[in-house]
Amino acid sequence: MEQRDKYISGICTPAIGEAGKTGDWSDLKPVIDHSKCIPETKGKAACFLCWLYCPDGVVTMSIPVEIDLDYCKGCGICAEECPPNAIRMVRKVECDE
Amino acid sequence: MSDTRIITGNEAAALAVKLVEPNVIAAYPITPQTSLAEKLSTFVEGGELRAEYVRVEGEHSALTVCISASTVGARVFTATSSNGLLYMHEQIHWAAGSRLPIVMCCVNRGVGAPWSIFNDQQDSFSQRDTGWIQIYCRDNQEIIDTIIQAYRIAEAVYIPVMVCYDGFVLSHTMMPVEIPDYGKVREFLPPYKPSVDISPENPVTVNPVFFPWRRENAEGVLCDGYMEKRYKLQDALLKSTDTIEEVSTAYGQAFGRDHGGLLWEHMTDDAEIVIVGMGSIAAEATVAADSLRKEGIRAGVVGIRVFRPFPRKAIATALKKAKVIVVFEKCMSYGCDGGVSSDIKSALYGTGIEAPMHNYIAGLGGRDVKARELADAVKETITRIDSGTEENETTWLNCHTG
Ligand code: SF4
Ligand code: SF4
Repeated sequence: MEQRDKYISGICTPAIGEAGKTGDWSDLKPVIDHSKCIPETKGKAACFLCWLYCPDGVVTMSIPVEIDLDYCKGCGICAEECPPNAIRMVRKVECDE
Repeated sequence: MSDTRIITGNEAAALAVKLVEPNVIAAYPITPQTSLAEKLSTFVEGGELRAEYVRVEGEHSALTVCISASTVGARVFTATSSNGLLYMHEQIHWAAGSRLPIVMCCVNRGVGAPWSIFNDQQDSFSQRDTGWIQIYCRDNQEIIDTIIQAYRIAEAVYIPVMVCYDGFVLSHTMMPVEIPDYGKVREFLPPYKPSVDISPENPVTVNPVFFPWRRENAEGVLCDGYMEKRYKLQDALLKSTDTIEEVSTAYGQAFGRDHGGLLWEHMTDDAEIVIVGMGSIAAEATVAADSLRKEGIRAGVVGIRVFRPFPRKAIATALKKAKVIVVFEKCMSYGCDGGVSSDIKSALYGTGIEAPMHNYIAGLGGRDVKARELADAVKETITRIDSGTEENETTWLNCHTG
């Protein structure tokens, strides 16, 4: 038998992707030029402003910096904040082409 | 020994709240609710009531505090009137949609513009469609008893309850009130258990965006869409009539006073003319009915106690034998008709009851309504019907324009 929602009100279990894969709502996706990214060029934890500013929490604080495109909404804040302009926002349709 | 005191409606409400021992109270003072908020803050300040009294900057915040506290398992109380209630409007929907058993007193007052501090029921009437249970009281004894019942109802069905009573007519008028025994209230009202236990061990996301469709969550469980959640609220509201009646009966057994579950009746058994009202105007109508009987007119009264969920079946049963129905009401659906009479008409459709119904808008903005005036209006209705007017336009009682 299928498992049914046990809640009477709008309550759900906190989980990644509770609302589905929202990343496909976006038109733009961030692309990192790793040769410009500060922690990667310095080889140590630094900067991570993209991680700090991302409103969706989909950027990792790691080397290399990774973005989970399944949930990235394509807002471009990371690209705006990145000091060496290592992040570029690219149209998804263009990528597909 | 019973403890009977001569007190105002607001004092009766404050004593009821003290007896149910809420954990959190958040209220912003507004006439005519003010003395209720003052009394409760005095109880808390003096250590008579161990509750957190959250002082807020307005009614929207007052209800928001209650919503948050109730979500994590606190029993909560708030109270307001008139424009204060309207200022809460967004959160009134939110509380019901979140299925939180909040109890709020609405001390009924007309709404602006123009300003009025005096009584009618336009404030709570305008919140009719928010998904709350609404109960209207007819005297101060009913206020104290209904608030205690309201917690048991709300916490059983997870729907907030608005206990409404007429400003000044009840809130500031003194009457003898028997104060229920503390120990018996404890027995009658078990501690509140939230529908979901929220704790660091069981974290949940509360009210995220819901989608038009149903969908599986991250754990593969099929979850409701927005429409299913809203349907569940309506379903629970309709079923709550049983709980309301059970609680009323249980209260009667425990405390010796049953004010009627969904509605009450006064001499309706053989009544040809049935007067319908809600709140104190219905109590006034019983005096009118008694005097009409002295003149040989067989009148009775149906007092609507629960306005939401609207007791369709109980109303149809109570009006089955009526030859004429006269509704007196203190609320108006502007551009349409009186709020109570429209609902009664919708409840009677298809039941075969075809008694003519005349409705009177009365006592708006505190205009005095005397039993004699109600009786005269009933007689006028009879004259009109005798002269062939089956149904007529809504009459505004004692309203003189032009
Ligand atoms: S585009 Fe927006 S959502 Fe996506 S990673 Fe950058 S900041 Fe986060
Ligand atoms: S903000 Fe730019 S430079 Fe800084 S970590 Fe992110 S991608 Fe690298």
